[in-house]
Amino acid sequence: MTAPVTAGSPAAPPSTAHHDRATIQENTLRTDRWWVTPLLTFIGLAAFVVYGLVRAFMNKWYWAGDVHLIAPFYSPCLSQSCVSGSSHILGQPIPRLPDWLSWVSPAMMVLILPGGFRLTCYYYRKSYYRSFWFSPPACAVPDGHKTYSGETRFPLLFQNIHRYFFYGALFVGSVLTYDAFLSLSGKDGGIGLGVGSIILFINAALIWAYTLGCHSCRNIVGGRLKHFSSHPVRYWMWGKVSVLNGKHQQWAWASMVSVVLADAYVMLVASGALTDVRIFN
Amino acid sequence: MSYQGKFRVWRGDHASGELTDFTAEVNEGEVVLDVVHRLQATQAPDLAVRWNCKAGKCGSCSAEINGRPRLLCMTRMNMFTPDQVVTITPMRTFPVIKDLVTDVSFNYVKARELPAFEPPKDLAPGEYRMQQIDVERSQEFRKCIECFLCQNTCHVVRDHDENKPEFSGPRLFIRAAELDMHPLDTRDDRKETAQAEQGLGYCNITKCCTEVCPEHIKITDNAIIPMKERVVDRKYDPITWLGRKIARRDQLSNQP
Repeated sequence: MTAPVTAGSPAAPPSTAHHDRATIQENTLRTDRWWVTPLLTFIGLAAFVVYGLVRAFMNKWYWAGDVHLIAPFYSPCLSQSCVSGSSHILGQPIPRLPDWLSWVSPAMMVLILPGGFRLTCYYYRKSYYRSFWFSPPACAVPDGHKTYSGETRFPLLFQNIHRYFFYGALFVGSVLTYDAFLSLSGKDGGIGLGVGSIILFINAALIWAYTLGCHSCRNIVGGRLKHFSSHPVRYWMWGKVSVLNGKHQQWAWASMVSVVLADAYVMLVASGALTDVRIFN
Repeated sequence: MSYQGKFRVWRGDHASGELTDFTAEVNEGEVVLDVVHRLQATQAPDLAVRWNCKAGKCGSCSAEINGRPRLLCMTRMNMFTPDQVVTITPMRTFPVIKDLVTDVSFNYVKARELPAFEPPKDLAPGEYRMQQIDVERSQEFRKCIECFLCQNTCHVVRDHDENKPEFSGPRLFIRAAELDMHPLDTRDDRKETAQAEQGLGYCNITKCCTEVCPEHIKITDNAIIPMKERVVDRKYDPITWLGRKIARRDQLSNQP
C-alpha cells in the first residue's frame, strides 16, 4: 500500500531520466513557419539598437531652436555641453566632461533610463530571449543551449530591477510630454503648431501607453493587494492599467517606432535637411 | 465531404518507437481524436491513447500535432488541407508509457509539494464569505483542466530534464498565484515558496505556456509575472520594505 502524501510534505522526486521519453529523431515536428516571428523581431530590435547607438554617438542635430523641437533621444539635455537652448527647466546639472570623455554625449546620460526600462521589460525579455538567445526560439522548438538556469542567478537575476527603471520611465514620460508642450511656442512668439509638435505629442502619448501598461506598474498600483474590495481607487487603477497591459507588446512596438520617427524628424529639421511644416505660426 | 488523409503516429514505448504511416478516412466536422479512434477501430487496435470527455474539459488527450502541443479532441481536421500529412506524437517532456500515452505523474508530485489552501482558523467550512472582486483573479486559474500542455511546452523542463527537481512549472505557478491572491488564504510565505521551492526564477517569461493553454488562461501575464513582482516586493525592493516598516502595515501579506 502506498504511503499517503499530504500537501506540503516532501514527495518522491520526479523522474529525470531523459531516456524514458519517446524517441523522436526530429528536433521539432512543427511544419509552420515558426522562424518568421523571431526573425522579424530580431531585425526590428537590432535596427532600433543600431539607430540608438548611431544617434547617441552623433552628438549633434538634436535641437531645432526656431521651432522649439528637441529630439527625444537627447531629452532632457542635462550636460553643460548641450547646445544653447536645448536644456529646459531641469537645467544643466552635469558639468562639461574632460576631453578624453568628449565622446560621451548628453544622450548617453539619459538613455540609460528608457533603455534600461525596455531592456528589463517583461515583453522585451520574451522577445530577445526568443530571437537573440534562442531560449527557446519558438514554442516546442528546442532551446539553443545545453544548460539553462533562467533568471535565477547573475546576470539575469538583475532583471528584477525593472520596477526602478519604471520609476525612471515615469520621469522620462513627463519630460517628453513637457517637450511636446514646449514645442507649441510659435516662431514669432506666442503659440504655434507644426507637424513636429504633433509628432512629439503622438510619441508622448504612445510612450505613456507603454509605460503605464508595464507589469511592474500593474503590481504597484494594485496588483499586489489581497483585497481589492478594501481599496476601490487602487482597484480602479489596476483595472485601467490591466487594459493597457493587455496590449503591452503592441504599445512596446508602437512607442519604439514612434520615438525613432520623432527623433529622426527632429534630427532632419535641426540639420536643415527638412523644414518643419507649420500649421500656424 | 470525406477524403483519405495521411497520418504519421508515433508508436512505441520507453525502450523504442517510431513514426508509423497510416491512411485513414476523414469526414467533415471531425477532430484529430476521431481519426485516432478510427485507426484503433480499423487498423491498429492496440494503439494507446488517453482520452475521456472529448469536449476539451478533462485534459486527458494532450499530445503534439504537427509538433505543436494540443488537445486531440479540440484540434479540428479542417485546420489541415487534404494533402497535408498530420503527425501525432506523445508529449515530449514526460516519460512515454505506450504510443500516445505519457506518464504525467511529475505534475502530481509537484502539486503535492505546494502547501494547500489555509483558511482562517476561526472559520468553519460554510462560513467563508468573500466578495466577487476579491476572488475573480483566482477564478481565472480555476479554469485549468490539468492537461499539462503548459508543462509539456515549457522549455525549462522540455529541453532541460535536469531542471525537473527544482522547477514546478506553469501549472503549479498558477496554483501558487491562485492561493496567494485568495482572500481567505492565510499563508504569508507563498512568494518565498514560489521562488525557493518552485523555481519561479527559472521562468524567462517566453509565454509558450500561455500560447498552448486550451482554456486561454493568461498564465504568464496574470499569474507568473504577478508572482515574480510579488517576490520583488519582498526580496529586491527596499522602498517597499521600508514602506511596510514605516506604515506598520503590510499590503503584501494577508491583511486587507
